[in-house]
Amino acid sequence: MNVLIYLVPLALALGVAGLFAFLWCLRAGQYEDLDGAARRILSDEDIER
Amino acid sequence: MQAADYSHFVGRDAAGHAQMNLVVENVADATSISEIERGLAALPGVVRARLNYTTHRLTVAWSEEASAGAVVERLSALGYRAHPFAPRAVDEEAERARWLLRCLGVAGFAAMNVMLLSVSVWAGNVSDITPETRDLFHWLSALIALPAAAYAGQPFFLSALAALRRHTLNMDVPISLGVLLALGMSVVETALHAEHAYFDSALMLLFFLLCGRYFDHAARRKARAEAANVAALRGEFALRLDPAGGTIRVPVQALAAGDLILVPAGERIGADGVVAAGASSVSEPVVTGETLPRLVEAGAPVHAGGLNGTGALTVRVTAGGADTLLDDVQRLLDAALTGRSTYVRLADRIAAAYAPVVHLTALLSAAGWLMLGASLHDAAMIAVAVLIITCPCALALAVPAVQVVATGALFRAGLLVRAPDVLERLAGIDTVVFDKTGTLTLPEPAVRLAPGADAALLPLALRLALSSRHPLASVLARDAADGPFPDVTESPGAGISAEVDGVPARLGSLAFCGLALPSGLPATASLIGVRHGARGLVIGIDQVLRADAVEVIAALRARGLNLVILSGDRPEAVAPIAAALGIADARAGLQPGDKIAALAAMKAQGRRVLMVGDGLNDAPSLAAADVSLSPVDAAALTKAQADAEFLGSGLAPVLAAVDGARRAMRRVRENLGLALAYNLVAVPLAIGGYVTPLVAALAMSGSSILVTLNALRMANPKSAKPKSAHPEPTRPAHTGEKPPEGTR
Repeated sequence: MNVLIYLVPLALALGVAGLFAFLWCLRAGQYEDLDGAARRILSDEDIER
Repeated sequence: MQAADYSHFVGRDAAGHAQMNLVVENVADATSISEIERGLAALPGVVRARLNYTTHRLTVAWSEEASAGAVVERLSALGYRAHPFAPRAVDEEAERARWLLRCLGVAGFAAMNVMLLSVSVWAGNVSDITPETRDLFHWLSALIALPAAAYAGQPFFLSALAALRRHTLNMDVPISLGVLLALGMSVVETALHAEHAYFDSALMLLFFLLCGRYFDHAARRKARAEAANVAALRGEFALRLDPAGGTIRVPVQALAAGDLILVPAGERIGADGVVAAGASSVSEPVVTGETLPRLVEAGAPVHAGGLNGTGALTVRVTAGGADTLLDDVQRLLDAALTGRSTYVRLADRIAAAYAPVVHLTALLSAAGWLMLGASLHDAAMIAVAVLIITCPCALALAVPAVQVVATGALFRAGLLVRAPDVLERLAGIDTVVFDKTGTLTLPEPAVRLAPGADAALLPLALRLALSSRHPLASVLARDAADGPFPDVTESPGAGISAEVDGVPARLGSLAFCGLALPSGLPATASLIGVRHGARGLVIGIDQVLRADAVEVIAALRARGLNLVILSGDRPEAVAPIAAALGIADARAGLQPGDKIAALAAMKAQGRRVLMVGDGLNDAPSLAAADVSLSPVDAAALTKAQADAEFLGSGLAPVLAAVDGARRAMRRVRENLGLALAYNLVAVPLAIGGYVTPLVAALAMSGSSILVTLNALRMANPKSAKPKSAHPEPTRPAHTGEKPPEGTR
């Protein structure tokens, strides 16, 4: 069971990382315009020619 | 184009740049996004341009080099009409949505991680977990669950506290109690090295309930944002006369009492006021419900939303309440609002009955087990299990899930639902009361000709009408393509005459033009004659029903609803409309107070009334009815009273609203039945002591998913017509309203 000493913290760290990523997305306004994000990805204008 | 003053809409962003929000029309696809953003970025001085595709709102910021006018001009050069609007300084709705989402994120994270530990414990309990490891996992769960629940549970705890302070019970009371007891008991259990802890149940509960809360909130916010967009698209501007001379276009919101505004012929009046100079005819169907225009001259009151006829007017803006009509309406409105019985939402009614039953059941099961000789600890565990299992997870999701899906479906059908309980109230109605002008009929009268008439004379009549101030002529003049004829002579009370192409031409009463009354015109039409040499034409001016009024009324009747017309218009104008629609109960010539009395009489008979109206005179009756709808181009004060607004030029959304609400309530009842069935099965198990954390987790998620799926069945009903995600709003033009095609 010694394996738990690093597996449990690892699992929690991954979870916390996910939570902070979500909170960061929220703060950065990425949930403000969900339809727009779906459309913007189709735009080719950011590709250098 | 005249110089416009946008300063009312311009604010400052964090970096000190000028910033303005606009609603953009005809945003189509990804190309529009880049066209608009790049087009504006190329404008010197623009520092930021970001289009929100979901809401069709654009935020632009610029430094000294650019200006609001330049931004709007650039947008119109790009082919997009943009309408500035002033967002509320602090958007509480958006703030709350973000808060709920943060709580949801925290609850989700914690539920997942605690479940990870719980599953290990459950698996270990049936195999070879050591008590030390189990304790470690339980303490870890507590470490995650307690702070997470303290944060994510706030929406429920705060609401429950508020309810308790008012000495009432809402759904949040059993929720909060269930969560707190489950957590508290689990800590005690962990300290006692027990096998079971309910950390995962408490967090899962919060997660599911927050989902319901968030979706409910998001749907309502969307409807409200859309309504604000429509208001901005109508974007009223007025021409303010500067004391220095000259005029400037200002948004009507920026007008102050005492300002002088110029209202050119054919334009809408932007504010309530008194005519300072000029004479014209003004049609005010949205204000008074009267179809035909009235003559105004210096000293006469005019109302915002009225359409100026043929003469330019100078209007002195007055603050609201300066004239008797608005005063009357406001007074009646206040009375109607105070007299309105508050409707108790179904969920709250259930909660009021449910919460005591739940608490009593938990208490009784604990007492029962104690009497049977169980230890205090075991009895308390049973009580907590009962509280967890009865925590109204499915119940709290049952209603909002359906509401979200149903308001979404109605939104696509062109209906913006404003309040959360509108669907419930709509589903219960048995009587629909319509206003006539602007609701059953289009707001503006239209031209009608007898069959076989010499329609080629119509353009001549329209041009001649430009020279007359008669109210009927002003209806015609609105459609004139060319300017007025020179040298027109007016014979007071009869008509006008001029020489056109060397031949005498007349426009006026039938006698003045020497014309006979033709057959084939509706009896309600007001007649006006035109003569050009030997040719003559009789023009009828009449109200027109909304295109789909007949079918919608027939469909409403087929659903067993009583239909009533309450109109402020003349009986002669109301009777034929009622006959055409087959509505027997049509009352005409009603003052706003009479309408309220009629509604009160219906309610006294136990009827539940849906009121559909648009006029300023309807505002008090909308407030007095059980539930109310109004078209989106209704008077502002009226719309503020309506529970929902509908878009488009037809009445179909009214039918869709009734159908959608009834369908939604069927689903709600099914869901409540499911939730009840779940409780009937699960509660005896809990009382019997068979509910382990594993059973609780399965039962809770299972029932929540079941009611959500049942609600989602509504999303794609066979009867709902698919429409564009962004319904085309009706938009009264700023100049010269045209009657719709096909009415002449």
